[in-house]
Amino acid sequence: MSEQQQPQPKVVLVGNPNVGKSVLFNVLTGAYTTVSNYPGTSVEVSRGHCEIDDVNYEILDTPGMYSIMPITEEERVARQILLEETPHAVLHVVDARNLDRMLPMTLQLIEAGLPIILVVNILDEAKRLGMQIDLKKLQKNIGVPVIGTVMKRRQGLSELQQAISAYASVPHKPFIYGSDLERDIVRMAALLKGDYRFSNRATSLLLFQKDNEVENLVEASESAEDLSQLQDVIRDVIFERRADLHLQISLERKSISKRMLEDVVTQVEQTEEPFAEKLSRWAMNPWSGTPILLLVIYFGLYQFVGGFGAGTLVDFIEGSIFEEYINPPVVDYLRTHVSADWLFELLAGEYGLWTLGIRYAVALILPIVGTFFLIFSLLEDTGYFPRLALLVDRIFKRIGLSGRAVIPMVLGFGCATMATMVTRTLETTRERIIATALLALAIPCSAQLGVILGLLSEVPGALSVWMVVMLLVFLLVGFLASKVMPGEHPVFYMELPPMRLPQFRNVAVKTMTRMQSYFLEILPLFLFASFILWGLKMLGALEGIVGALAPVVRAIGLPVEATSAFVFGFFRRDFGAAGLYDLQSNGLLTPTQLTVAAVTLTLFVPCIAQFLMMKKERGFRVSLSIFMFVSVLAFSCGWALNKFLLSTGLLL
Amino acid sequence: MERLSPKAEEILESLWIATVEGNEVGCLLTALQVAPGDDQLVELEGRAYVETRGERLYLRKEGRPEAEMTVRRHRLAERLMMDILDIQGDEGNEQACAFEHLLHQGVDTKICTLLNHPTTCPHGKPIPPGTCCEEARQKGSPGIVPMTELKSGEAGEIAYLAASDGKKMQKLMSMGVLPGSDLNLVQSFPSYIFKVGHSQFAVDDSLAREIYIRRPVK
Repeated sequence: MSEQQQPQPKVVLVGNPNVGKSVLFNVLTGAYTTVSNYPGTSVEVSRGHCEIDDVNYEILDTPGMYSIMPITEEERVARQILLEETPHAVLHVVDARNLDRMLPMTLQLIEAGLPIILVVNILDEAKRLGMQIDLKKLQKNIGVPVIGTVMKRRQGLSELQQAISAYASVPHKPFIYGSDLERDIVRMAALLKGDYRFSNRATSLLLFQKDNEVENLVEASESAEDLSQLQDVIRDVIFERRADLHLQISLERKSISKRMLEDVVTQVEQTEEPFAEKLSRWAMNPWSGTPILLLVIYFGLYQFVGGFGAGTLVDFIEGSIFEEYINPPVVDYLRTHVSADWLFELLAGEYGLWTLGIRYAVALILPIVGTFFLIFSLLEDTGYFPRLALLVDRIFKRIGLSGRAVIPMVLGFGCATMATMVTRTLETTRERIIATALLALAIPCSAQLGVILGLLSEVPGALSVWMVVMLLVFLLVGFLASKVMPGEHPVFYMELPPMRLPQFRNVAVKTMTRMQSYFLEILPLFLFASFILWGLKMLGALEGIVGALAPVVRAIGLPVEATSAFVFGFFRRDFGAAGLYDLQSNGLLTPTQLTVAAVTLTLFVPCIAQFLMMKKERGFRVSLSIFMFVSVLAFSCGWALNKFLLSTGLLL
Repeated sequence: MERLSPKAEEILESLWIATVEGNEVGCLLTALQVAPGDDQLVELEGRAYVETRGERLYLRKEGRPEAEMTVRRHRLAERLMMDILDIQGDEGNEQACAFEHLLHQGVDTKICTLLNHPTTCPHGKPIPPGTCCEEARQKGSPGIVPMTELKSGEAGEIAYLAASDGKKMQKLMSMGVLPGSDLNLVQSFPSYIFKVGHSQFAVDDSLAREIYIRRPVK
């Protein structure tokens, strides 16, 4: 069939963060991507398909961008798509409430020669604010199709589908800037001979603004002679306009979009402050924001994740379902049908794939991570996190981070591996390294946290000691790192999306996708870890490693049996914690030992998955240094805490 | 009335400093490096700003306002050179001397507002207040201030962005924080939170310091 031969037409979604791109993507494709109400959580490009009038389109959802000149990593990813793909149509999704602010980017996109459809989303909220928008007039002014939508209620979907299917790119009259700028652009555009995705006008402007990637593109596609001529012109223009080039371009675009919006938007004054605004103010004010944060931690993390997830759910799945209904028949079946001892050990032995791998992953870890992700997604959808970010910015500056880093840090309480990946949304290398190190050191992931909360809550005082030590180590190491680490100091700026009621579907989708990716990522690792442990046991090497580490464990005042928990900790952080759980239930640990073990284990090396992610994101040298640093610090802290607790008799 | 020549302005300035600010009754012509009959002297005498008695030159009541404004312009020019343009020392003094003569009605007001109505020159001497300073004092709101000076709930128009870091400025501009936009400061601690249009932003103080706001004229 001829349809198969032709490349599938592509539709790319672009726009600022929080304008409903992902919702639009979900509605168009019927697939579920994570919809976030936090700038900078989706770094990846989602791809899906949709069929309109018997044509199958590939839909690409890009991370939020503010301008086609990228500054952050997300923007770079999004721009890359625009530079590389040849889309049938590009949907620029904008928030109707902020049309004036977002239209300049539409101008940029049109100027770049992309086949733009302007999607004015969130019309309902705009109406509630008393805005009336004449979209027909806007379409006439701007010269590309304009579709008004309320995507979360699927309003405007069929019009949009029609516009996509009927889209025919028409050459657009350029928007004219000031005569001096125009002269430079024309001069430059005439010199560009290569074949670029963006129009020569747009390419010239990006060159004037020293866009590295575009510079590289131009270097690759122009002849040496042309190139040197080009570079002369660029240098000339940049020098001549050194004072205010960026500003001039921005202001000119703004005034063009202002003209486009004349008589398009009419605003009716409104007086009453909606409740969401009030809540937003409370969350941002330190006096009311701190209690709100504590409430969130207490109810969300401690009660729901720690109590319900790690307690009730784990007891039920592990204690009732697995122990009573699943494990006995499985083990019996294997015992009767598997004759080889080594194979039985591999499948159902002490470190067996079934007993250790799957049982831990499904019964112990999944409920905890699942409840955490539910809370996280719920908070994310309300728009709470940006408010938290601005609240902690001052404190985070002390530890070399900006408030922006609050997202990887909070996510680290769920899954530090995921959080390490998200650190790439931070702006400076310095910040990324500090955040990575702190995640590896002092942030326990939810699986570990669940087990540790369970463990320590049985011993009065232990939990407080553990918490104080973690907080001290976190702040102290961050503080020292910020003093020692060279590099640019972070600057904090963030758009605050309006607070809103979490939407059930969003929260469900977000939780499910996170759980799914976590589960797909960890199950193989659990099995792999079980396999390694089994291999070591079979070879008798486990005793060797445990024996080698035993003096260190004894030095921090723990029984030798605890060593295997630390060895497990290499494979997954939560393995280690769960190992302690076994020791505790066998009554092998005194309160002091338990606390010391919990502290050391929390600080101790990240799990294998996190280490691999660190290596991927930060490089081998940095991650190895962090690994060594964390190991030494964990045991030193354990040793010091043991001495301190023994000499003060705080936890007898 | 025609403008005074730069040389005449210099004389007025020196006279004012010596007699109004200092304790002298008049200035020796030799100290001012003029001789009777010089153009600049004739010019001043023609307007009855000064009078020569013997070897000394006296500032008349009629000349005082003009003299005061000359001093004001000189010291504003010094401020501009040293604080904004960062030209220090003798070079700064010299440039200020040349520059002051360009600061006539209107321009000095603008610069005074830009500098936020300074009261002293870089050497610590008082700058005579102009009408713009009086007006600002009466309104209780000096013209253009960094966002850090606004109180929560105050609104104004973004006057300019003082770019120390191009990337940061670009970010602000691409988010729509542009000169000419109206801005409303919602909160100033622990971070600066402001509204532009229907959007809210949070920035830290290092960035807030670089966003200059023109307070509305009441």
